[in-house]
Amino acid sequence: MPARPLSPHLSVYKMSRYTLATSIFNRFTGVGLSVGLLLLVYWLMSVAGGAESQARATRLLSLPPMKLVYAGLVVAFCYHLVAGIRHLVWDTGRGLERAQSRRSAWLVIAVSAALTLVVGYCALVLRGHA
Amino acid sequence: MSLRSPLRRVLGSGSAHDGVHHWWLQRLTSVALVPLSVWFVVSLLALPSFDHATVTAWMAQSWTALLLILLVLVATRHSQLGVRVVVEDYVPDAGARTVTLALLTFVHAVLALAGVFAVLKVALGGAA
Repeated sequence: MPARPLSPHLSVYKMSRYTLATSIFNRFTGVGLSVGLLLLVYWLMSVAGGAESQARATRLLSLPPMKLVYAGLVVAFCYHLVAGIRHLVWDTGRGLERAQSRRSAWLVIAVSAALTLVVGYCALVLRGHA
Repeated sequence: MSLRSPLRRVLGSGSAHDGVHHWWLQRLTSVALVPLSVWFVVSLLALPSFDHATVTAWMAQSWTALLLILLVLVATRHSQLGVRVVVEDYVPDAGARTVTLALLTFVHAVLALAGVFAVLKVALGGAA
């Protein structure tokens, strides 16, 4: 390792809490969704394997602890989607002032929380996938 | 004229000049994933059940199959680009980093191909 500081300069940056939290949570949820992708492909392959293979996969995928995983994936999806859109807006050069970025951080948290509730409501109440 | 010393060039320090490509692909896949992922979540919520007959009938529709294939390809690429940066940031040892990145590339390639294969198999009637 070179002696110079290397990115990410976690010990050097002076990060206010909202910047750090929204950034690291975007990365965290992204990695979580990568694991979700693994589950999606596993499910698709089981469907392609026929009715019996899908039934086997469904037994595994509907084990009680999996409900926590799906709840996590819904939170991760909603947050990563909204935070990702914030990043795309930043890429156009807009919203980079400190006050704007602080506002958008709270907006991301509020919108993604609302979206999580909507998706959760649809899945649990309307569809009964409890 | 290059301002880099011959030693720097030999050691290969500095930019590999493919950072922009990575950055741009991450943005392209992000933009594509906004409608694709929302479509996928809404479709799953709208499916009346997850039994084999229902799921295969849904996946066999041409537009569903097409969008699912797009979703799998774009999402695996986006995921690979994303976890790559995470590994580059948090695995300081060059050897371990290279091995981890290679393994993650293989895993993502398998995921992409398996996903496309599964959707095509169902769509072309091979999963009855």
